Amino acid sequence: MLSYLIKRLIALVPVLLGLTVIVFAIMALIPGDPATAILGSFATPENVEKLNRDLGLDKPQVQQYLIWLGNLLQGDLGRSYSLNRPVLDEVLERFSATLILAGAALLLCTIWGLLIGIWTAARQYGWTDKILTFVVLIGISVPSFWLGLLLILLFAVELRWLPASGMFAIYGGGDLPDLLRHLILPALTLSVVATGVIARLTRSAMLEVLRQDFIRTARAKGVSETRVLYGHAFKAALVSIIPVIGVQAGFVLGGAVYIETVFQWPGVGRMLVQAISTRDILLVQGGVIVVAASYVLFNLLADLSQSWLDPRVKA
Amino acid sequence: MKKLSPWALGLAAVALAAPAALAQTPPNVLVVGQIAEPKSLDPHAVTAVNDFRILMNVYDGLVRYKDGTLEVEPSLASSWSISEDGTEYTFELRQGVTFHDGTPVNAAAVEFNFDRMLDESHPFHDTGPFPLSFFFSAVEDVEALDDDTVKFTLNAPYAPFLSNLAYPTGLIVSPEAVKTHGADFGRNPAGSGPFKFAEWESNAKVVVVRNEDYWGGAPSLEAIVFRPITDANTRVAEMLSGGIDIMVEVPPDSVATFDGNGFQLHEQAGPHLWFLILNAKEGPFADKRVRQAVNYAIDKKALVEQILQGTAEVASGPTPPAFAWAYNDALQPYPHNPEKAKALLEEAGHAGAELTFYVTEGGSGMLDPVPMGAAIQADLAKVGLDVKIETYEWNTFLGQVNPGLEGKADMAEMAWMTNDPDTLPYLALRTEAWPDKGGFNSGYYSNPEVDKLLEAARSATDQAERARLYKEMQAIVYEDAPWAFIANWKQNAATSERVSNFKLQPSFFLLLKDVSKS
Repeated sequence: MLSYLIKRLIALVPVLLGLTVIVFAIMALIPGDPATAILGSFATPENVEKLNRDLGLDKPQVQQYLIWLGNLLQGDLGRSYSLNRPVLDEVLERFSATLILAGAALLLCTIWGLLIGIWTAARQYGWTDKILTFVVLIGISVPSFWLGLLLILLFAVELRWLPASGMFAIYGGGDLPDLLRHLILPALTLSVVATGVIARLTRSAMLEVLRQDFIRTARAKGVSETRVLYGHAFKAALVSIIPVIGVQAGFVLGGAVYIETVFQWPGVGRMLVQAISTRDILLVQGGVIVVAASYVLFNLLADLSQSWLDPRVKA
Repeated sequence: MKKLSPWALGLAAVALAAPAALAQTPPNVLVVGQIAEPKSLDPHAVTAVNDFRILMNVYDGLVRYKDGTLEVEPSLASSWSISEDGTEYTFELRQGVTFHDGTPVNAAAVEFNFDRMLDESHPFHDTGPFPLSFFFSAVEDVEALDDDTVKFTLNAPYAPFLSNLAYPTGLIVSPEAVKTHGADFGRNPAGSGPFKFAEWESNAKVVVVRNEDYWGGAPSLEAIVFRPITDANTRVAEMLSGGIDIMVEVPPDSVATFDGNGFQLHEQAGPHLWFLILNAKEGPFADKRVRQAVNYAIDKKALVEQILQGTAEVASGPTPPAFAWAYNDALQPYPHNPEKAKALLEEAGHAGAELTFYVTEGGSGMLDPVPMGAAIQADLAKVGLDVKIETYEWNTFLGQVNPGLEGKADMAEMAWMTNDPDTLPYLALRTEAWPDKGGFNSGYYSNPEVDKLLEAARSATDQAERARLYKEMQAIVYEDAPWAFIANWKQNAATSERVSNFKLQPSFFLLLKDVSKS
């Protein structure tokens, strides 16, 4: 088990290295450079050249990459030129905001997805199954940035129950209830699609298990239906549900990019969008490394919990 | 019990939300919805209007723009004199003014500011880079004559110098704060303005508080909170829900929402020009008649009213009317006259010509570039021109356009916002400003008469004489039509009814010293 874990963690290194090479190459290939982005209409060749020199960007690309890599190995991610502060500070701050949002969304979609899935499986082809399956289908199909705007219009503009954007009240906030109030709308929006996916998969996984012999045996023994559902069937179905939740964790992280933009959540997704448009390559690299590493770790966690639940899946 | 949990969860969510009937923004604290996170609060290190909006309230310059105009008046300097040949500017500083950190605003501090920006061997030059330092490239030497007198020596007469001093790049920072914080000065700023920096929480807010000792009288607001809200729809929603008190850059589609309904909409035409660069070096646009034909063919009134929904005015020439003293009001916009355009094209032998048109997806001051480009394409099709659009993301676009259009395109969208009538024509219309010489004349316009006028205007120190030269230049450029003159943007802002004494400036700066809020 431990050696498996170590092997997987070591495998992470080439994945991340490869990623940074690809990201660096893409950023080098797209036209435009940081100096042009900073100078805007004032970007004369002369001004651009001087500013690039001041920023240390006049060296060959390969050399720039190697310098960056060398610094990275010493734990230095460099200084962002669009934000004028260390990349590491910015990325960690932003990533914790993203983790809060994605974590809340993942919690929501897991709870709701499992409940809806079990509920509909237990009442296959009943009217609640039909209604919920329909609702789930809509949830999967709705573009979430649009849903986010509608929720803002309803809860922030019309009803004024919840704030429209941000992570904390700008004045006098900052405590947990304040964070939760700001979290509700973006987390809900972000969780909708994943809820649908988990609900559908849970439903089919449960249906498959419910058809198996040991369930019939349990029912024949007189075990209560609730215990059959949650104690026997759900536990068995969980093996095929867990990897789906793992994949959804990655999806939620990716989806955070536009939800963060709609709700002005100060997360790493919105940071990446800004960093790309200002050609802030150091910030892009820092952000991508963190997101990619967490994606891989989520998958690893899902794999580990699966093998823990089901010894047949070999770790 | 377990069956109940979805409902329990839902109830919990509502319970959490309900008691928080949302607090309005607090009285006497103004919350401003900004379009982006500032890059830095070091005025010499930034280039974006978005950052200037904060800086103008925290710092003072030697001079500033007079309320409602683009003419300079005393600020930290109480007076100044200019030498006969226009190369020496001597400023007398206001006495007893201190920076927010308590250190004095004196001649040595002014000298430090410009040396840091311009002298590569200055010990604090590495706190840059200073991308707009070329605004002061004419400055050869800055010298503190005594505690309250500072002399600037220029390498040649340069009339826009005073106007550039009023620009954010000319704001004066506290040397002690720079020495203390080094490269992090931009996050720990100290100026001498009406508001003192208090807090910067990344991606959430920048807070500035009242400077009780401000030399021009303490402001009435207790504090200002600048919130970055990049998405325009979210900014509108925040304004509607009471989360911000002032919203800048209201998108055209939302202007009507804020006209009345407990809001006030403010508009102010600024020194902005939206135009098309025409490639005068090769192809159809090498012929003046074709360039004029394009100016006649485009229905500018429809663009301004329908696409920009009244957030801009039709431009008549290369100089925006906001430069009141230098603007030639005898010029009328080219009328929309497709027949005349067709006749001119016929006469020039370029009827039905094929043209490549560079369009950008966004960018500073570009308004709605894609719909604008499409509408212009349609207008030109009506006079028989076959226009092919190529669209680029802003940075890529600049990388294509700024090195010149030769061999690539016939026309390109462009917009400029400047602080002096000299800047745009000097950098983008002279022969000496062709891209290979480091300028922005990407369409290779060249008229020796215009070159001479612009050089003369730059070295004249008398404003009336400068005005005469600029007006003459405008008349010639209007006739030569190196560009299609389209629109002058009106900056807008919406305020809630709790805000009073708010006013937009033609400089596009956001000056909040006199604003109050109930």
